[in-house]
Amino acid sequence: MTFKPKIIVFCCNWCAYAGGDLAGISRYQIKPYFRVIRTMCSARVDPEWIMEAFRLGADGVMVAGCHPGDCHYIGGNYRTRRRIALLRCLLGQFGLNQERLGLAWISAGEAEKFATTMNDFIECITELGPSPYRKTTADTQSAGLAKEAADV
Amino acid sequence: MSEKIKIAIGQGATCSGCDIAVLDLDVELLKLFEVADLTFAPLVTDIKYKDVEAMDDGEITICLYHGAVRNSENEHIAKLLRRKSQIMVAYGACAAFGGIPGLANVTTKNKILDTVYDDTATTVNPEHTRPQTHYVSPEGHELELPELFETVKALDDVIDVDYIIGACPPTREMNVKLLGVVLDFVHGKADLPPKGIILASERTLCEECPRQKPDKVFIDEIKSVDYTELDPEKCFLEQGIMCFGPATRGGCDSKCINVNMPCRGCMGPTAAVLDHGASCLSAFTSILKVSGSESEIPEEEIEKLMAKMRDPLGTFYRFTLPKSLLQRVVKET
Repeated sequence: MTFKPKIIVFCCNWCAYAGGDLAGISRYQIKPYFRVIRTMCSARVDPEWIMEAFRLGADGVMVAGCHPGDCHYIGGNYRTRRRIALLRCLLGQFGLNQERLGLAWISAGEAEKFATTMNDFIECITELGPSPYRKTTADTQSAGLAKEAADV
Repeated sequence: MSEKIKIAIGQGATCSGCDIAVLDLDVELLKLFEVADLTFAPLVTDIKYKDVEAMDDGEITICLYHGAVRNSENEHIAKLLRRKSQIMVAYGACAAFGGIPGLANVTTKNKILDTVYDDTATTVNPEHTRPQTHYVSPEGHELELPELFETVKALDDVIDVDYIIGACPPTREMNVKLLGVVLDFVHGKADLPPKGIILASERTLCEECPRQKPDKVFIDEIKSVDYTELDPEKCFLEQGIMCFGPATRGGCDSKCINVNMPCRGCMGPTAAVLDHGASCLSAFTSILKVSGSESEIPEEEIEKLMAKMRDPLGTFYRFTLPKSLLQRVVKET
């Protein structure tokens, strides 16, 4: 069986999400292995959320926002890129390949860029294979399911 | 007065600093012993595990367990004391969040054993002997050793814990407050507080910090505490020193800050935060100063700036790695 990665994409409301929307309307082909979560700004994405995504077994996380200088809130994405830069170092120490955390700047009009960025990211994660945190999560999940079954 | 209550002090993977912190109650100890007997405290009394096993369930009124759970002995004694105690307190940063021993989660059990029994310069071990959990000597004596776990855990990962007290170690003021809670309960003056973290503030240390607070803080260059002359009035961050006050729970009476040392995070995160390290990370990245305006700096330079921060994992999670979201370091296959 080929590996189907699970990818979480945080998109800012004003640029990347609109770009993704346009990519859909424009019928660009994108592999279906990602789930988009819309946030008001890429800076709203707490590093904690990214950790939580990996803990729950995500194979990759992408944060997408407005181009530097174009932030709807003037400077939010500057904070994002600082955080992501250090978070990559931190995740590296946790033993994850730093490629698993992506950062992209996509404007509302860049539907094609959204499509190629996502396809490239999905390809990269597929090559990397399942996240090492996946196994431990699967164990907890099965334990949780067993518990639920016992409760019923 | 009715019968005295029984107190136990359990030990896990600990430096025993928490024992000393209890003894630091000094004259207040007399008040404690008016109402309580110390039934189990391996550091100060001569007692064996079998004596605890002989007790009735729930015989101990309150147990302070300090230290992380790192081997089968820690786990056994934690479960045993839980059964024998009415109130279980995870006492100190190690029991509460894993603490310093929790940093062992950056490596694996085998690597730790290799370092200790082979790799250190002073070790001579040509047969690569490792401790065994069970050994029978030629004379027929049976010896048992606890098994080291792969992953260090906090106390509430192993047993049900009633109260959590952070700090490394809990301060004298916290102990006096804890004593007050116990006394009020014994004398029937007040009910016990609800389960969870007690004796701590709901706010961050920064809010309680006695130092001058600048409107905006920037770190020009990350400096080391041991090579820098520190101004006792100014904010540490302003002086380029990493201080975890912005992301750490208050309630420790700013002990370290008052003796001119930055906060290292032993009180753990506030209730609003799931992951202490991620919270520290957010705080730090925004205050590292760049030359010129942010908009003109290319991404590579930001990456270089952040790479200046050495060992983010060990620094941000100094006391809380086992209680972080990712809990331990893994390996990509």
